[in-house]
Amino acid sequence: MVATALSVKNIHKSFGSVEVLKGVSFEAKSGDVISLIGSSGSGKSTLLRCINYLETPDEGKITVSGEVIRTVKGKDGKLVAADKRQLEHIRTRLGMVFQSFNLWSHKTILENIIEGPMHVLGMTRKDAVGEAEVLMEKVGITPKRDHYPNQLSGGQQQRAAIARALAMKPDVMLFDEPTSALDPELVNEVLLVIKKLAEEGRTMVMVTHEMSLARDISSEVIFLHKGLVEERGAPSQVMRDPKSARLRQFLQMA
Amino acid sequence: MDTISNVIGFLPALIKATPLTLLLTAVAGIFGLVIGTLVALARLSPRRILSMPAYVFTFAFRGTPLLVQIYLVYYGLGQVLPGTWVRHSFLWPYLRDGLWYAIFALSLNQAAYNAEVIRGAIKAIPRGQIEAAKSIGMRSSLILRRITLPQALRSCLPVLTGDLIILLKTTSLASTITILEVMGTARMLQRQSLLIFEPLIAAGIIYFTVVFILTRVMNVVEKRLTRYRTAKA
Repeated sequence: MVATALSVKNIHKSFGSVEVLKGVSFEAKSGDVISLIGSSGSGKSTLLRCINYLETPDEGKITVSGEVIRTVKGKDGKLVAADKRQLEHIRTRLGMVFQSFNLWSHKTILENIIEGPMHVLGMTRKDAVGEAEVLMEKVGITPKRDHYPNQLSGGQQQRAAIARALAMKPDVMLFDEPTSALDPELVNEVLLVIKKLAEEGRTMVMVTHEMSLARDISSEVIFLHKGLVEERGAPSQVMRDPKSARLRQFLQMA
Repeated sequence: MDTISNVIGFLPALIKATPLTLLLTAVAGIFGLVIGTLVALARLSPRRILSMPAYVFTFAFRGTPLLVQIYLVYYGLGQVLPGTWVRHSFLWPYLRDGLWYAIFALSLNQAAYNAEVIRGAIKAIPRGQIEAAKSIGMRSSLILRRITLPQALRSCLPVLTGDLIILLKTTSLASTITILEVMGTARMLQRQSLLIFEPLIAAGIIYFTVVFILTRVMNVVEKRLTRYRTAKA
């Protein structure tokens, strides 16, 4: 039996009076690639951000490699993380790649990559640099190691951000529309890196508008609509022969 | 011609007083930066018990003249302290010296101004960079130390150095509480020589020279620390 890397159960989230997620669940076994698709406002990015508690879900349960994020009910009946240290530990198991890269602008690419391993995992600089060099080679930014983020193209920045997330050796990688902020001619270089990671058998959850990517590398595609799962399944089934009218319409637009 | 030679004649005494001006600037500058950073963080705290006092502090110190603050500290504390345990403590010999009161007032004043600048710089840091730090499991104190403050302090460095140069000139107010820094010395020279302008002109030359050098030094420091923003691809 393959171990469950990530389990997301019954996630609810409201912003003010707007209910963005109305009870979403899914599971990723080790090596799964799950694509969250849906039109904007469907809640897919919020769902991804609830996994590592960048947004705290109002209700629901997140389990990473068998460890549940412990929560308590706050005054308003909504959840809050019960134990900051535990949450921080679980976050080290989840690598996140953002739409807008979010590299630390006062640090060079190498410094960005070794920051977590050195200051969160407590590795020595020598070890961290050694591993960073391998990662930089893998995502193809070795020549930029001593450059600052603002000297890099969007595609290079995103590949560096992927290396930064990988440096923590996470159990699950979370991608939040990793190519949406890129110029069209730079999309491909990032897609290639993501595909390579999928081929290595990494567990990944990604929010994406790249339908061809979702079709090519996903083990499961989840179509969200108005905060609920409208349809889910293998990409071959969901994307070629969608059952719901909404998904059919969405795929035609995409 | 007499004027020029008189001015030149006053310079050595003023140069001797310059280290004290620099000391006041450096100590108040450092305390001002450290306290100002703490006040800025308190101001940004969601807890009112921290943010309110910080707000009152900056408001009070920016809303009143430094001279008033210096007098209040010097005459106020100078009157209160002898009646307390401090009178008999090891601190007393130091506390009789006006220098400490000047440093105290200058530091707090500088802190109030720095706090506002730093607060703005912290708020301007893109949220995404903080989220990225959280997402790799950094705890908030580490994020503050490694991501937020290094960037905030660098980005407001031009304003901070501007404030430091203003501080350097402001230390001349310390002369009003008997401290013989450059300005205090100039006033003493006025009394001794009965010349009005020459000691002031000489003091002006000293201040100008120090400010000039300090500006140059800070320019280099600034360039170095903010390379990440100006570096070309």
